[in-house]
Amino acid sequence: MAHPTTLLLAAPIALPLLGAAIYAAAGWRRGTAFTGAGCAAGLLAAGIALAVRTSQPGAAALTAGPLRADALSAYMLVAIGAVALLATAATPSYLRAELAAGRASPRTCCRHGVLVQAFLAAMALAVLAANLGVLWVAVEATTVITAFLVGQRRTRTALEAAWKYVVICSAGIALAFLGTVLLNFAAAHTPARPGLDWAALAAGATQLDPDVTRIAVALLVVGFGTKAGLAPLHAWLPDAHSQAPAPVSALMSGVLLTVAFYAVLRVKAIADPAVGAGFTRALLAGIALISLAVAASLLLAQRDYKRMLAYSSIEHMGLLALGAAAGSRLAITAVLLHILGHGLTKAALFLCSGRIQQSTGTSLVAGVRGLAADQPVLATAFGLGIAALTGFPPFSLFASELGIARAGFSSGLGWVTAAALLLVLVIAAAMAGHTGRMLLGAAPDRGPAGQPAGAGTGTAHRRLPAGTAVPLMAGLVACAALGIAAHPVHQLLLNAADTLIGAP
Amino acid sequence: MSDTAYVQLLDLACGAFLLAAVLVLWRRELAVIVRVFALQGLALAAIVAVIAGHDRSAELGALACGILALRAGLLPWLLRRALAGAGPAKETRPLVNVAASLLGAAVLTMIAYAVSGPLVTLAPSPATHAVPVGLTVVLIGFFVLVTRRRALSQVVGFLLVDNGITATAFLTTAGVPLLVELGVSLDVLFAVLVLQLLATRIRDTFGDTDLDELQELHD
Repeated sequence: MAHPTTLLLAAPIALPLLGAAIYAAAGWRRGTAFTGAGCAAGLLAAGIALAVRTSQPGAAALTAGPLRADALSAYMLVAIGAVALLATAATPSYLRAELAAGRASPRTCCRHGVLVQAFLAAMALAVLAANLGVLWVAVEATTVITAFLVGQRRTRTALEAAWKYVVICSAGIALAFLGTVLLNFAAAHTPARPGLDWAALAAGATQLDPDVTRIAVALLVVGFGTKAGLAPLHAWLPDAHSQAPAPVSALMSGVLLTVAFYAVLRVKAIADPAVGAGFTRALLAGIALISLAVAASLLLAQRDYKRMLAYSSIEHMGLLALGAAAGSRLAITAVLLHILGHGLTKAALFLCSGRIQQSTGTSLVAGVRGLAADQPVLATAFGLGIAALTGFPPFSLFASELGIARAGFSSGLGWVTAAALLLVLVIAAAMAGHTGRMLLGAAPDRGPAGQPAGAGTGTAHRRLPAGTAVPLMAGLVACAALGIAAHPVHQLLLNAADTLIGAP
Repeated sequence: MSDTAYVQLLDLACGAFLLAAVLVLWRRELAVIVRVFALQGLALAAIVAVIAGHDRSAELGALACGILALRAGLLPWLLRRALAGAGPAKETRPLVNVAASLLGAAVLTMIAYAVSGPLVTLAPSPATHAVPVGLTVVLIGFFVLVTRRRALSQVVGFLLVDNGITATAFLTTAGVPLLVELGVSLDVLFAVLVLQLLATRIRDTFGDTDLDELQELHD
C-alpha cells in the first residue's frame, strides 16, 4: 500500500517516465504531441504540492526510501517543472516546422519525445535524491540521455558537439564521483557513519576529517561545476547548446545547468561546517570570476546568436557561483530566485532563437537583419528576453542580481563583486549590441547569402505560430511577475535558503 | 588468509593495475590497448576479490564477479566491436610522444602520492597505502583523454579514469553503497555505448574517427 507521501515524492519521476513510455509505444503523432507538456505540467503540480507541504510551519523534510524532499528540493522541482512546461509546450510547433523542412523524420520526433521525458525524470531524481551517490548517478544519466538530443540533426557540427559534450561532461563529472568516494571515506571514519546521505552528512559535518574533506569538496565542486557550465571545464557548453534543437537547448540551459549547481549548493552545505566557509568561498569566487571573464571575452566578438545565449548562460552560472561564495541568507535567497528567473528567460530566448533559425535559415548574427520589421512579435520577445538577461527591471533577474551584488559587498567579497559587476556590464553592452544589429534595420531581401554550412534556407512561415508564441510570452511574463511580486515564492525561497545555511 | 599473504596479494594486484595503465600509454596499436584495458579490469576485480577474502564478505565477492564481467568482459568486448569497423587501428599522431608520455606518467604518480597523504594518515592500513595507485590511474586516464586523438583512445582514457575511481573506492572504504555502485556501472556502460554510437556516426559522416577533424565549432 503506497503512502500518499511516497506517491507525492515518486510522482515527479514517475510522470515523465510514463510520458516516455507513451511516446515509445504510440510514437509522435497529433494525439500524443502534447503528452509531454501534460507530464511536465504534472511535474510542476507535484513540485508545488511538495512546496506547500514543506513550507508549513514545523514541517520536516519528507522522505521515502532513497528519495527526500525539503523546501530546496521542492523549489528546484518547481523550477524544473516551469521550464519544462514552456519547452515541451513549444515542442510540437518546433518539430512540425522541422518535419516540414525535412530536417527530421517521424522517428526522430518519437525519439525526441522519449528522450526529453527521460531527461526530465533524471533531473527530478537528481533534486529528490537523498544520497550524494544517487544524485551523481542522476546527473551523469542526464548526460547520457541528452547526448543523442544534442546530435539529433546528425550534421557534422551536431555530431562534433555531441562528442565533446559526452567526453568533457563524463570526464568532468567523474571528478565529482572521485570526490563522492573520498567524502564517503571521510564519513566512514566519523562516529555517526552517515554514509552518503547528505542530510546526515551535513548534520555530522563537524566530525569529518578536514584534510580529506577539503580534497573531496574541491573535486565535487569542480566536477559538478563542469556540468553546470562553470570554468575551467565549460568548453562543451557553447557547442552543445548551439547545436541542440531549440526546446532541448531551452531545457539544458534553463534547468540542467542549475540542477548541477544545486549539487554544488548541497556540497557547500556539507563543506562549510567541516572545513570552514573560507575554503568554498575562495574556490567559488575564483570559479565565478573566471567564468564571467570567459563569457565576457567570447561574447564581445560573438558571431552566432545561439552561442551568444550559451555564453550568457556561463555568465549567469558565474553569478550564481558568486552568490554561493557570499553564502549569506540574502545571497542564497537571491541565488535561488536567479535560478528560476534565468531558467524562464533563457528558455524563452532559446525558443525564440530556434524560431529565428527556422525562419532565416542561419544562426549567424550577421545573417539576421531587421527582425523587428520582418517579424515584430518574435523580435519583441527576443528583445525583451535580452533586456531581462542583462538585468533590466521589471524582470526578476534585476532583483536577484541586485541581491547577489549587495550580499557580495556586505560579506567581504567587495573586490571580487566589483570586478564581477564590471564584467557583467561589458557582457550587457556586447549582448545589446549584437541584439540591436539583429532586430533593427530594414527587413532584408531574402537570399541565401551568409548562411553557414549545414543550415537550410529559411523554411518556416514568417507568422509566429501560437504554439510557440504562447510559451514564449508566458516565460517572459512569469519572469516579470516574479520581479514585480516575488510574494508567492517568497516564503519558499526563505525556507529553501534556510535548509542550506542551517538557520532555524 | 594470513596478513602477510593479504598484503602481498593486494600489492601484486595493485601493481598489475598500475602497470596496465602505463602500458596503455606505451603501446600505440588500438587492439593492444583494448587487450591491456581488459587486463586492467582483471586486476581491478582481483583487488576487490583480495579485499573480499580478507574481510570474509560475500557481498564484496559478488561485486568482484560483477566487476570482472563488466570491466574485463563486456566493456572490452564493446571496444573490440567498435574497433572492427574502424580504419587504420593505430594511434598515429598523439599530441605527446611515447617517451614524454611515460615521463608524464612518472610525474603523475608523484603528484598522486603527494595528494593522497591526508587519505593515508586518516586511516593507515595496507589498503589505504595503495590508494595512490588508484589516483595515479585516474590521472593517467585524464592524460590519455587530452593527448590522444583517436575516438577509441579517448574512450579508453575515460574508462581508465573510471577504473581508477572504482579502485580508490574499494581501497578506501570497501566501496560505495551497492545502489550507487550499480547506478555508476550502468551509467558508465551507457556512456560507452553512446560514445561508440557517436563514433560510428562520426565515421559515417567524416570518413574517419580522427578527432583532429572535429574543429568546425570554435570561437
